[in-house]
Amino acid sequence: MIKKVRSHISQNEPLLFERSSPGKRAYQLPELDVPAVDPAVELGAGNVRAEIDGFPEISEVEAIRHFTRLSTWNYAIDYGMYPLGSCTMKYNPRVNELVAKIEGMAWAHPYQPESLSQGSMEVMARLESALAEITGLHAVSLQPAAGAHGEMAGILLIRALLEKRGNPRKKVLIPDSAHGTNPASAAIAGYAVENIPSNEAGLLDLAALERIVDGDVAALMVTNPNTLGVFEQNIVEAARILHSKGAMLYMDGANMNALVGIARPGDFGVDVLHLNLHKTFSTPHGGGGPGAGPVAVTKELEPFLPIPRLKRSGKKWAWDYNRKQSIGRVRAFYGNFGVLVRALAYILAHGGPGLRNATVDAVLNANYIRKSLEPYYDLPYASPNMHEVVFSDARQEKSGVRTGDIAKRLIDYGFHPYTVSFPLIVHGALMIEPTETEGKMELDSFIDAMTSIAKEVEDDPQLVKNAPYSVRTSRVDEVAAARKPVLRWKPGN
Amino acid sequence: MRYLPKSDSERRQMLDACGTGSADDLFAHLPPEVRLNRPLDLPPGISEYEIIEYFTARAAENANGYPSFLGAGVYHHFRPVIVDTVVSRGEFLTSYTPYQAEISQGILTSIFEFQTMMCQLTGMDVANASMYDGSTALPEAAMMAARVTGKGKVVVARSVHPEYREVLQTYAKRQGMPVEEFGYVPDAGVIDLEDLERKIDGLTAAVVVQSPNFFGVIDQVKAAGEIAHRHGALLILVFTEAVSLGLLEPSPEVDIVAGEVQSFAISPSYGGPFAGVIATREKYIRQMPGRLVGQTVDSRGNRAFCLTLATREQHIRRERATSNICTNQALVALMATVFLSVYGKQGLRELAEQNLAKAHYLAGRLKPRFSGKFFNEFAVRTEGKKPDAVNRELLKKKIVGGLPLGRFYPELADSLLLCATEMSRRADMDAVAEALA
Amino acid sequence: MYPDNFRYTKEHEWVLVEGDAGTIGITDHAQEELGDIVYVDLPKVGAPIEAGKVFGSVESVKAVSDIYSPVSGEVTEINQSLADAPETLNTDPHGAGWLVKVRLAEAGQAQPLMSAADYQDYVGAEK
Repeated sequence: MIKKVRSHISQNEPLLFERSSPGKRAYQLPELDVPAVDPAVELGAGNVRAEIDGFPEISEVEAIRHFTRLSTWNYAIDYGMYPLGSCTMKYNPRVNELVAKIEGMAWAHPYQPESLSQGSMEVMARLESALAEITGLHAVSLQPAAGAHGEMAGILLIRALLEKRGNPRKKVLIPDSAHGTNPASAAIAGYAVENIPSNEAGLLDLAALERIVDGDVAALMVTNPNTLGVFEQNIVEAARILHSKGAMLYMDGANMNALVGIARPGDFGVDVLHLNLHKTFSTPHGGGGPGAGPVAVTKELEPFLPIPRLKRSGKKWAWDYNRKQSIGRVRAFYGNFGVLVRALAYILAHGGPGLRNATVDAVLNANYIRKSLEPYYDLPYASPNMHEVVFSDARQEKSGVRTGDIAKRLIDYGFHPYTVSFPLIVHGALMIEPTETEGKMELDSFIDAMTSIAKEVEDDPQLVKNAPYSVRTSRVDEVAAARKPVLRWKPGN
Repeated sequence: MRYLPKSDSERRQMLDACGTGSADDLFAHLPPEVRLNRPLDLPPGISEYEIIEYFTARAAENANGYPSFLGAGVYHHFRPVIVDTVVSRGEFLTSYTPYQAEISQGILTSIFEFQTMMCQLTGMDVANASMYDGSTALPEAAMMAARVTGKGKVVVARSVHPEYREVLQTYAKRQGMPVEEFGYVPDAGVIDLEDLERKIDGLTAAVVVQSPNFFGVIDQVKAAGEIAHRHGALLILVFTEAVSLGLLEPSPEVDIVAGEVQSFAISPSYGGPFAGVIATREKYIRQMPGRLVGQTVDSRGNRAFCLTLATREQHIRRERATSNICTNQALVALMATVFLSVYGKQGLRELAEQNLAKAHYLAGRLKPRFSGKFFNEFAVRTEGKKPDAVNRELLKKKIVGGLPLGRFYPELADSLLLCATEMSRRADMDAVAEALA
Repeated sequence: MYPDNFRYTKEHEWVLVEGDAGTIGITDHAQEELGDIVYVDLPKVGAPIEAGKVFGSVESVKAVSDIYSPVSGEVTEINQSLADAPETLNTDPHGAGWLVKVRLAEAGQAQPLMSAADYQDYVGAEK
């Protein structure tokens, strides 16, 4: 029985271009207080474009309705639980939105004088120091724009240090359970990637590590807890092996929501870590971004951080561009400042003790789901889990139903699907991360839905295979989209 | 805590269900040597009221309400009210990347509209769903050109935004891609075609130019393209002032556009978040970085949209992906989409014309350093005064002046880069002109 | 199911040798495993290919699979129709869904590969 949702009116809406009619407008510019000029004269006749064919012309009320109607076709955290594993879809506090929009914050130009930017710089400095305390690392750069960008910056930092030691080395080791961004980022930083298999427990294989790490290995990139939601028990020993052979330990902080206030990467041997502020620190995902991917490093790596760096100059903050060993810039200006404001607001709201409480609730929620769903779904790895839990579709596959089908059926029950078919080391994975911002009622409702689907798989597998039914858009033909790509609107299509 | 929706009795019930004595037992399996055995050294949590008070105080330490003549890659344009109305909706703000197309048609449709409008504005066949910003779009475009051409060298104009060039260097160095810069004509402020001819060779994958360039000057895109193509290289066009697209004719010589859409209703926000875009010719689609939304149908035959051509991306192709980008700037691209729907065909042109008029009014009272035609930004010699001194004088009148160009171009140490937009008032422009007199 | 006049690789490609010419494709088992094929990336005519080495790839919506050459030689023709109709690889992998034709570097190279019967056993055992 589906309890969380029932059907609702859903408005149709054409594309902007199809709504368009010549002469409609949603804007009004003020009267020019200076003489108008002729573009053909000032820009050169050959440089001035003709009318843009097919560009929209709509009214303000139509614009509002257009985007409002579109918005209702989305699922969102504000509707309910969004249990995507490794994505940490937690509640986005609205006060964070408000403070990011205060005029002095939102309208600060990156090149305005430092004397008129002290507020922005103080916010960044305070966030840097809070993240350093949370990660147990020495210094933080807020410049990277997202997690993968932070990964690239982090690996470049390792490269710079190793170059200084005389040999940048050739490859980066990555467990087979890692996110795809890890190998892609290592490749951009100029390294070959070697995958290392996990052991039977889904953890780092120390014996394999001892064997593989040699003078060509620059670093191991590890996610901890890993993508099974399991803490890497041997992380201290792994760090020792790497360091003894002159290699570094990089940690993907995507799962930091399991550790804040409980354990600090800097204390267990990590040299470089990136954080996803849009995961652990609650800044909104916004349908795919923006995020922010700060990197935290040991003292030894600090000289290589991207320029500019904040420094104290008397009673003021200043930007320091004169850092000879820096890897350079990874983006223009200083970072996704608006996202940084939101993350600091989140940290201030929780405070030190509150952040730890959030971690505890996140881990409790994942364990509660594990305990409740274990009778119905196969648990491929029995190790204790932290903030997320990974099941497999082994039992349902016998009825011809796969993890992707169960995920689509979950939509009918009013939930966003979990992460499907990841990590790759689990055949038919269901990766579930509830986060701490789900209450017991929502969790129970999710558990009921998953339990009910497990029963449907036994009684009527076809029902699950053809889901979803209750949404305005039924299963989307992704094959047709990829075979004949239509990537823009054109008149008449 | 107000973000944790459980009562203690509910926690107790859940712990009991887990067969766990206390919450700390959930962490009992962690090795003792990794445990943090003290509280985090951060103050206790504060109320909503105190958070607002803290950031309001910080904001007051920044410039507030100053008219500004800074551009240089970040522009002050009016933000139509409905932009925030739309992007504040929880359905956009609090949704994830639209991998589950059936319940993500809202953002998917808006991205398809964004891609379409980026194509219409740039004259390209295909545009992606967004990059982090313009500065990172540039190295991504350069790496794309290297894949397309099978060559590695990048020849970039010095009149491209200096920080964009720095970012390009950071990426290119580790990709084994040599980067060589070519100059500008000192009088005109446009690219020096002879210098380009000297630096380009058969190993060149891409020539990079910006227009309007960092000095605000409309650059010689067509001529650069002809030279690039003669040497088997692609032409990458950078833009930082997207409003100029409302007036400027796209050049058919361009192979890849790497742009920044901050001008489309994205507040300056001390440098980010913004949104970059890469647009290109249809034949290069498979080499593009970043997400793409495509049109298809659902099982009932209704039009629908989904992420497509994902095999280019990191989650599938891993170390052989066209880029490592995952999270992008979707919500920021949505702001741009709403902005463009508000201004539309006529409005964007009128807006661009107002920018042109304002900048030319200000320039008319001064003597622009470069003779090249410009859009809403231009360099000016500060004649006898140091640029910083002029800015200090303006600050006394609560006006933020221009960017001293010596910061990036030692040979232009006597010059300011000034930008005027539709937000620049005549009285303030007169004050700038007086300070420079 | 598997034509007797083809030879087969462990990576699920087939080759049909006629004189010094070879035609290469992927097996029915391979297309079944891949699911709906949406794109095929092939070398240019004239490109050398080497036995056991990657010469192209096929893509489904969410996977990319390398194609390994069963033989060494030079590409003389590629199946242009796959660009517009990659689904042919699903509907007729052993016929209209061929990938490339090659001029063999030397005769007899395909002999060590699996026969149809061996391949049938191989994919049976793999499952």
